Amino acid sequence: MGELLVLIDHSDSQPKKISLQMLAAANQLASASGDTVSAVWLGEGASAVADTLGRHGATKLYTWESADVTGYVTLPQVEALEKAFEVSGAQVLLFASSNHVKDVAARLAVRTGAGVITDATGAEFADGKVVATKEVFGGELITKCTFADGVKQLVGISNNAFVAEETGGGAPEVVALDVSLSESATAAKVTSVEKQVTADRPDIAEAAIVVAGGRGLGDEKGFALMEELADLLGAGVGASRAATDAGWYPHRYQIGQTGRTVSPTLYIGSGISGAIQHRAGMQTAQNVIAINKDAEAPIFSIADFGIVGDLYNVVPKLIEELKTRKG
Amino acid sequence: MKVIVPVKRVPDTAGEKNIDPNDKTVDRESVESVLCPINEFSIEEAVRLKENHGAEVRVLLMGPESAQPIVRKALSYGLDSAVQITDDTLAGSDAIGTARAIAKALEGEEFDLVIFGNQATDSRTSIVPAAVAEILGLPSLTYARHLEVDGDKVVVHREHEEGYDVVEATLPAIVSVVEAINDPRYPSFKGIMAAKSKPLDVKSAADVGIDTGAVGQANALAVLTEFEQRPPKEAGTIVEDDGSGAAAAQLADWMQSRKFI
Repeated sequence: MGELLVLIDHSDSQPKKISLQMLAAANQLASASGDTVSAVWLGEGASAVADTLGRHGATKLYTWESADVTGYVTLPQVEALEKAFEVSGAQVLLFASSNHVKDVAARLAVRTGAGVITDATGAEFADGKVVATKEVFGGELITKCTFADGVKQLVGISNNAFVAEETGGGAPEVVALDVSLSESATAAKVTSVEKQVTADRPDIAEAAIVVAGGRGLGDEKGFALMEELADLLGAGVGASRAATDAGWYPHRYQIGQTGRTVSPTLYIGSGISGAIQHRAGMQTAQNVIAINKDAEAPIFSIADFGIVGDLYNVVPKLIEELKTRKG
Repeated sequence: MKVIVPVKRVPDTAGEKNIDPNDKTVDRESVESVLCPINEFSIEEAVRLKENHGAEVRVLLMGPESAQPIVRKALSYGLDSAVQITDDTLAGSDAIGTARAIAKALEGEEFDLVIFGNQATDSRTSIVPAAVAEILGLPSLTYARHLEVDGDKVVVHREHEEGYDVVEATLPAIVSVVEAINDPRYPSFKGIMAAKSKPLDVKSAADVGIDTGAVGQANALAVLTEFEQRPPKEAGTIVEDDGSGAAAAQLADWMQSRKFI
């Protein structure tokens, strides 16, 4: 019986949604293998969240409360994780499929000879190895991937692939990692952090509901309507590449093959034709609503509910209807 | 200043992709291939370094001979030369194997900066740039939405979900770019013509010193075991609005019945 490690991705001293989902994934794997689940929190603020992590299934919490985690790029985290592997004897680490975390996994894999699988939407054990479900080619093909024998396994978990669950566990055992950074760990320095997202909306990659706008909006003012609809639903706001290229909405909200991937329970696309390059970023959405003037728009082929019509007639009416029903 | 731009040949997203059921590798020959869309941005950034810093820019592509037109396409944006690593032993490499091959190729080149795209559109693994940096023992400044070179330093605005970090490192360094970084130009006619005669070195794994025990399908640490086509989605309910927005009420009903409100 060993330990499965989960690298907790956090922001503003709170575990992100994906972290609680990963703990659920780890618990699922552990119940089959008889292992225990250990969370790893790198950076300040570990003690305040220990109970939350325990409640979601972590029986141990490895910590390294160093400012170097945010002061330098990637390498301090890699070296701390090497220590976590050493101390725990773990063979498996789950990590979040977000940009910066993938870099940590990449460098850790090279350093330790581990295998890496990213963006898993499912995971189970077979003969001691994790078998991950993973989509490729813009979601067209669903694959199963696993690892070569005898290597450490780094598994990146996709947003909203697992459901966070409180397992009713108590406070985890806290173990401080003794990390002494190598000189090269500080080669890339963070000189400042610019926070640009001011609205209190969920990040689209994590959001349960995503409202997206495209070329059909006609101009950037259309996004005010998208934001109104989103805020009513507690949703994140995304955009097609046509809209971000036109400068109507920041690039970070672009959903598509060269932008971000979203996997919400509900996606509402207005004025978006649904070309394959956009679908590649959202076609795993469980429910798709499309509103478009063009009855031939490809998005209707993946819509669970579609309205052929002018979004400027439909969306304000939808907002009214939703407000009424909300009461 | 010397800059290298690794580029990737990928299946056209709009084309039909296949995985060869016999060996479970991507059947890259049976489908129309394009220069990975993100490479337009990494190439543009390199061209700007050429224009503003007099940088010499070289394209690097790992791929079969049939990928050569992609190399010429990359050169047509105004880059100086290219190197293509072609070898059957590289086929079916996983992301780490690919990174080992590319890193070996880079070891044989002089460079101050290597500019990758942040992720390729086919597998979207995003592992290669940082893995290459680790193999070479260099800093990885990835997801750049802004890049500037100041003497022997590179400064990058590294994008994340809430904004960006301003990060810096001493050259040589590895960077990757995101779409937000620039507006790529189209190749000029002159560039397209000139690309045909720009120097293109084709090297095998042995030429470059790639350890064949570390690459290729047999040595992959992450392997594909099964695949299936995504089942086609069941047709949904499509209604036409009469111009008054009245269809919104039906949609609201649908949303309510599924507990979205």
